[in-house]
Amino acid sequence: MSKKMHITLTVNGKEEEFLAEPRELLIYTLRERLNITGPHIGCDTSHCGACTVTINGKSVKSCTLFSAQANGKEITTIEGIGGPDDLHPLQSAFKEHHGLQCGFCTPGMITRAAKLLQENPNPTEAEIRFGMAGNICRCTGYQNIIKSIQAAAAEMNAAKEAAE
Amino acid sequence: MIPASFEYYRPKDMAGVIAILQEHGDEARVLAGGHSLIPMMKLRMAEVPHLIDMQDVGGLSDIEIGPDRVRIGAMVTQSDLIDDAALAKVAPILREAALQIADPQVRYMGTVGGNVANGDPGNDMPGLMQCLDATFVLIGPDGERAVAARDFYEAAYMTAREDEEVLTAVTIPLPKGGYAYEKQKRKIGDYATAAAAVQISKDQNGCSAASIAMTNLSDTPIFSEAAGAALVGTSVDDAALKAAVAAMLNDIDPTEDNRGPIAFKKYVAGVILRRAIERAWSRA
Repeated sequence: MSKKMHITLTVNGKEEEFLAEPRELLIYTLRERLNITGPHIGCDTSHCGACTVTINGKSVKSCTLFSAQANGKEITTIEGIGGPDDLHPLQSAFKEHHGLQCGFCTPGMITRAAKLLQENPNPTEAEIRFGMAGNICRCTGYQNIIKSIQAAAAEMNAAKEAAE
Repeated sequence: MIPASFEYYRPKDMAGVIAILQEHGDEARVLAGGHSLIPMMKLRMAEVPHLIDMQDVGGLSDIEIGPDRVRIGAMVTQSDLIDDAALAKVAPILREAALQIADPQVRYMGTVGGNVANGDPGNDMPGLMQCLDATFVLIGPDGERAVAARDFYEAAYMTAREDEEVLTAVTIPLPKGGYAYEKQKRKIGDYATAAAAVQISKDQNGCSAASIAMTNLSDTPIFSEAAGAALVGTSVDDAALKAAVAAMLNDIDPTEDNRGPIAFKKYVAGVILRRAIERAWSRA
């Protein structure tokens, strides 16, 4: 057992402070310590992306990062992207276009997609598939995930234009 | 999934890193992007009692483009490298290869230095760096030294880096001519079944220079000097391509795994090298 560390994270805008062993992976901090259970664990080899969160503007697999490494950083999970009464356009689009079935990959998918659309607001289908390649889905066959992201992109671009 | 316990350090400078490495020897490891090391720790294939996080050590994240060399700090991530438009202009093979490594999340974290220092023959950058005749800068208790990428790899996970040294940068002579990084893989994020890095130059007599290295076809990357030599002075016609492939096959030593048996890997290596040379030549 190694010495516990004092760790401060800002998760979905809220500051969290706690003591943890250095070996605590961020996904466990989120799920078990902070009860933020949207991000999931689908593998132990860093492939599936179900644990994807945004850390200081980067999409990161939170199973492959110690919370100690994230000390002082800002983290956004699916819970911080939108809520039941305030859906993000991606959340509405996944619902509308049937971009999920079991829902296990969805938090990671949407968190990653939000970052993808920030970097590339008008992605082609090929760019979406490539940009989402770190996220595996067992249910949808991806087709409707692509449609959902395209629809959300259109919606977000229209809203942006209307605001200008 | 659950790594063993370790002591965590986040030094602010290289002297601090070296001091911890000196104190703990091979019980200590540096943590860069963490996307090879942490997966190994989670499987308990790597035991690291003392983990040194490099993120606060300054000066390791720059890409400097000089008149005849590029210098890439060891902590430059794959996505930094992909996003650098100036770098893509002078050394486009780096971007082409980086886009074939892992997936977006891993590329945000995984670093160039970690990729080349890891020593896993599956990594793509080691072969690429051998093709480009890169030099790795290592710093240790006695100061800095440079090791050619072509001399760095000894066996799987065995490199010229000493336990008390840290790889701080990669320097690359500005590549000339056409380029290609061609990779056969089973899916996104997979290590190569076979991959080839090619830089090739052309003059009025045909091919004037060619550099070829292969990925994941031996327990180290393979710089095939003979394959490059087989192209020089030719018009890179079918006979030259056959000669280059034959020379390359003579240098590699693949092993059987779930990417296929040895005969298949040799066959794929030939196909991939031919494609890489053809694409590089078309760009020369």
